[in-house]
Amino acid sequence: MATKVMTFYGTSIGKKVVMAVTGFIVFGFVTVHMLGNLQVFSGPEKLNAYAHFLKSVPAFLWTFRGLILISAVLHILAATQLTLQSWSARPQGYAVQRYRETTYAARTVRWGGPIIGLFLVYHILHFTTGQVHPSFSDNVYNNVVTGFAVWWVSVFYIVAVAFVGLHLYHGVWSMFQTVGLNHPKWNVWPRVFAVAFSLAVFAGMVSVPIAALAGLVRPV
Amino acid sequence: MDFKLKVWRQRGAGDKGAFANYDAKDISPDTSFLEMLDIVNERLIAKGEEPFAFDHDCREGICGTCGCMVNGYAHGHQGGTTLCQFHMREFQDGETIWIEPFRAKAFPVIRDLVVDRGAFDKIVQAGGYISVRTGSAPDGNAVPVPKDDAERSMDAAACIGCGACVAACPNASAMLFTSGKIAQFARLPQGQPERIDRVRHMVAAMEQAGFGACTNHAECEAACPKELKLDCIAQMNRDLIKAALVK
Ligand code: FES
Repeated sequence: MATKVMTFYGTSIGKKVVMAVTGFIVFGFVTVHMLGNLQVFSGPEKLNAYAHFLKSVPAFLWTFRGLILISAVLHILAATQLTLQSWSARPQGYAVQRYRETTYAARTVRWGGPIIGLFLVYHILHFTTGQVHPSFSDNVYNNVVTGFAVWWVSVFYIVAVAFVGLHLYHGVWSMFQTVGLNHPKWNVWPRVFAVAFSLAVFAGMVSVPIAALAGLVRPV
Repeated sequence: MDFKLKVWRQRGAGDKGAFANYDAKDISPDTSFLEMLDIVNERLIAKGEEPFAFDHDCREGICGTCGCMVNGYAHGHQGGTTLCQFHMREFQDGETIWIEPFRAKAFPVIRDLVVDRGAFDKIVQAGGYISVRTGSAPDGNAVPVPKDDAERSMDAAACIGCGACVAACPNASAMLFTSGKIAQFARLPQGQPERIDRVRHMVAAMEQAGFGACTNHAECEAACPKELKLDCIAQMNRDLIKAALVK
């Protein structure tokens, strides 16, 4: 066995495992985020109290934000390296290439990443720091409801969250495959899990702008 | 049946290459794809033109030598078959057929439709074997193997190394080939002593050959004439993670 072995991260599989683990962390965050958003339906007191609670212990908040940020940076770094590796692996493309198995989610997973990244910049300036929000205040509930009352903002959110859903679907399924959890006996379960969770996250997230547009939640 | 062929012609690695048009007239529907190419080539030779080069050997789907992209599909659109076992009846009369070599940086074109798949040999040389004393064959059933393991090992061992997985992969990744060789041994008792070293070395050889990175499109699985499954890749990933955790 004469080939020089590589470091784990040096292999594409190692980078993919890093993507799976960091993706799992961000996926967990997105799920909790979605569940938190649903509190808008319990009224302003509940949501504002929840928002207040999240920020009550700065050490906790910043540890959490740091973990998400580090995960995102590692996820993007590994994705960039893997993408460059794949692009250089076929210098001359096919005149005709047809696919039989791949999904729309799989084909857009790479470009979905940067699109979601740009959306997040807007999202943070909109709801976390408030620079691009028309009437930002300490009242989180009002920020949400008045923010989404602008129809094109809501449409933009819904489209962005659709990308998040697609990215999650391919990402969550890939995560199982990458860490080696795939066996002919229970092959369908990772797929079922990926579909169920990405749909749940999508539905939960878009319910808020839809409710704001429909006037089901109003500013106080 | 009549066909219009668009065949990739390239004199060698240095040549840019281009598609050339040929007519394939009066072809029996029961002609295999390679026989159709033979007929067109014989007619070219009779006209004093240069025939195009393509790879083939056994013509019974077991050696893995044949293969090109046919209308965008590795080994043609039928699925679960090699190009030599694929027949012209699968096409419509009068159809235009695009014929291209398998394309990947690790598979440089030698001539026309023939590519150098030596990168696969390097991967196998890196660990696609078990080290045993040669001599008389061991007694049958001396080493008991659970039926399920034996069958899953055989499924992985069905790989004929044709390269369709790389060709069909949007990333030109060789994960299915490499993992097939790894899974074949990982599922047998004889493969255990060298299991960790094998996955380390074979994955390193795969990366060093310049293949792309898998994004789980599963196009390899769909293109594989021997129908290897993605669980081979999962097995390889699992074993490489294990290898990273020990030592
Ligand atoms: S020529 Fe041997 S598999 Fe096709």
